[in-house]
Amino acid sequence: MSIYRFVWRRLPGPTAVKVIESAILVSAVLAVLFLWVFPELATMLAFNSVTVED
Amino acid sequence: MSTAPAELDGETRRPRRERTWGTIGRGVAGLLGEVLITAGAVVLLFVGWQLWWTNAAADADGAQVVAALQHDFDDPTVAQPEPDSTVIQPEPEPGTAFAVVHIPRFGSGFARPLYEGTGQDVLARGIGHYLETEMPGEVGNFAIAGHRNGHGEPFNRIADLLTGDAVIVETRSSWFVYRVTGREVVPPTQVGVLLPVPDAPGSVPTKALLTMTSCHPLFSTKERYIVYGELENRYPRQEGPPAEIFAAN
Repeated sequence: MSIYRFVWRRLPGPTAVKVIESAILVSAVLAVLFLWVFPELATMLAFNSVTVED
Repeated sequence: MSTAPAELDGETRRPRRERTWGTIGRGVAGLLGEVLITAGAVVLLFVGWQLWWTNAAADADGAQVVAALQHDFDDPTVAQPEPDSTVIQPEPEPGTAFAVVHIPRFGSGFARPLYEGTGQDVLARGIGHYLETEMPGEVGNFAIAGHRNGHGEPFNRIADLLTGDAVIVETRSSWFVYRVTGREVVPPTQVGVLLPVPDAPGSVPTKALLTMTSCHPLFSTKERYIVYGELENRYPRQEGPPAEIFAAN
């Protein structure tokens, strides 16, 4: 059982094409993390507080 | 030792392993390991995002906003306020940039946009002006906040500021030159630092003061690093950048 092996097997085409497809998948995951997940997560974590407040 | 010749031709599929509790257990353990490694990679990516990506994004965005602001300040079709005026027109809405902060100690050319309000959204893009405090140049306290790590980290080197260092605020009307007068480390709840006369409730202000806040220690939110300043000089903006911006501290 392995998620990565499972995805790799499901990707269509020869190895060279699979490599490109994997790169696209990885970039898509990174984009979602960097542009939506992490900014949202950062607002929930308190370590960005720089203001004084009651 | 005996490899059957039929298995060498590549066409042969690996014989499917018999499913036993042992192989299933190993499979689950393998999957769990993969999930944990992935989670670890995501945590590292988050650190990278926080320390590198947010800076790159905020620096690029900040430079653009500063350029747009200065271009707008130079626009002759917009009614110019009286030189030296502390009135910001139109009154800045929370979340909008309305001034540029220059701090020569932080490097030549250091200029960051100043936004109205201190919400996380504006602090992610520049320096924030505490809503309830005075505007630049006004008598009372002009209080601003900025990140020390990540998000462009405008106040990364706040602890390097020395007494006498210049903090220059550029508005449509003026250049306001503040000089650093002191610093202290306070608990995050000490809102007295924002008072018209810091930490002196009820006192009537007679000077135009500055309070800067950021987190302390580095990478922590345990305390706040506070720098105080006092207005020393003001110049009409048309006169161009004041010598204080270029002066080595």
